[in-house]
Amino acid sequence: MLASQIAITALFALSLDLILGYAGIVSLGHAAFFGFGAYTAGILSKSGWGEPLTGLVLAAAAAGAVGYATSFVIARFRHLALIMITLGLGVLLHEAANQAHWLTGGADGLQGVRMWPLFGRLPFDLYGYTAYGYSLGVLFLLFLAVRRLTQSPLGLALRGIRENATRMPAIGAPSRAHIRKAYTMAAVIAGAAGALLAQTTETVALDVLSFQRSAELLVMLVLGGAGRLYGGLIGALVFMVARDRFSGINPQYWYFWIGALLVTVVLLLPNGLLGGLGRLLARRERAA
Amino acid sequence: MTAALSTRGLGKSFGSLVVAEGIDLTLPRGERYALIGPNGAGKTTLINLMTGVFPPDRGRIFLGDDEITTLAPETRVKRGLVRTFQINTLFPHLTALEAVTLAVCERRGVANVFWRRLPTFRDAIDEAQQVLVSLRLGDSGRRLTRELAYGQQRLLEIALALATRPSVLLLDEPAAGVPREESAELFDVIDGLSEDLTVLFIEHDMSLVFRFARRIIVMVGGQILMEGPPEEVAADPRVRDVYLGGARHA
Repeated sequence: MLASQIAITALFALSLDLILGYAGIVSLGHAAFFGFGAYTAGILSKSGWGEPLTGLVLAAAAAGAVGYATSFVIARFRHLALIMITLGLGVLLHEAANQAHWLTGGADGLQGVRMWPLFGRLPFDLYGYTAYGYSLGVLFLLFLAVRRLTQSPLGLALRGIRENATRMPAIGAPSRAHIRKAYTMAAVIAGAAGALLAQTTETVALDVLSFQRSAELLVMLVLGGAGRLYGGLIGALVFMVARDRFSGINPQYWYFWIGALLVTVVLLLPNGLLGGLGRLLARRERAA
Repeated sequence: MTAALSTRGLGKSFGSLVVAEGIDLTLPRGERYALIGPNGAGKTTLINLMTGVFPPDRGRIFLGDDEITTLAPETRVKRGLVRTFQINTLFPHLTALEAVTLAVCERRGVANVFWRRLPTFRDAIDEAQQVLVSLRLGDSGRRLTRELAYGQQRLLEIALALATRPSVLLLDEPAAGVPREESAELFDVIDGLSEDLTVLFIEHDMSLVFRFARRIIVMVGGQILMEGPPEEVAADPRVRDVYLGGARHA
């Protein structure tokens, strides 16, 4: 199950990398879309529709709709104001889900999610093989989509916004429209990641919408290296494995070691593990 | 003949401070104008008003026959009114070619395409390269903007503007910070721009102004003091007063 959790988290990190690493939009409320996707998939299943793929698409689309609606606010702000707004939106949705006990199960979580077999043939087994293959397959497909986007003219425009948002209008760029598009896509991917979690674990806990989940995602991206596409994947892998190992060694204070890891990486490798690797390779190339 | 850019009674105040008042300006198509005046005269403010960075409190702005007073800055750029900045305002971690390609893609309306890889837009990249070559930056296209020499960065500012194919180009001190010998070269490049293009530049170096401008606008205290050909401006006692300290200005 850890492997499928890593794949899902990597997909979630990829979605944040699209807006943070490429467009420079710092978000502390990205779990809102992850959670919205998770609850949508879970509620669909509980309502009698347990087909995984259509459930995934519908959940991603629902998260994307929320992303599109909020993008009009997001695109107007930068820096600290943006961080506060994303944080506020995340907290709002978390509390709304907590209040809507009749729909979400509130703090008890959404129970009774039952998924139909994948492609009508592969049931979600106890060992998690189907869950892993399914999560990995979705991660692979969406990774290819995000890679294409980052290599496209829109990807270049997003990098332009990250580099100098105030210059963009002076070359005729509708920056806000670009941001809205990227933010909506990131919400779709985060929603897909949330849906995967709900479908593969057959439960939705309230913490899918928590601030901690958003903050941890940021930590993963910083660890791996933002704006490098693979940074989110590497960061998610390192974070999840470290959490698994540290909590095994010290179940009560494992977060201490995550903090130590984060501080060490930021001090020694300010552009994350991939940034450090890139610098090392460049140095070797120069020396050769 | 229709003016390329004109303003009628343009005014702007920040609180009680009036930074522009009653500005009536008419720039004919293809003309080369210099905008001069002492520090604080309101030259950059005027460019900011015309390009939509600040909304004017009073007055109207026309690009050709079309009123653009309330349009967003990016919409004005798409209509053909483009500016450069006094301080380099570039994309440090994009290469020069990427930056200009971005401007070309925006003009062509393909910058929102996300399903096709950028290298498949070969004609946009070629056009960006041509713009760089025309500004003597052809060999620097693959270098990151932050690694370019300062003078090259000033040229890249102009390249970004030209990539949008403007009809009116407003240059805010294009040679600011550039050594004197290089600034003449930079103005040679500006002088060689298409004759269809209307250019208005702010410049403090009077030798460059009198060499490259066909007409000069003098601003003092947020208002236009006079406008005319270089010899007329040079001979005007009011202008002499301004530059020799005889006039009071904000």
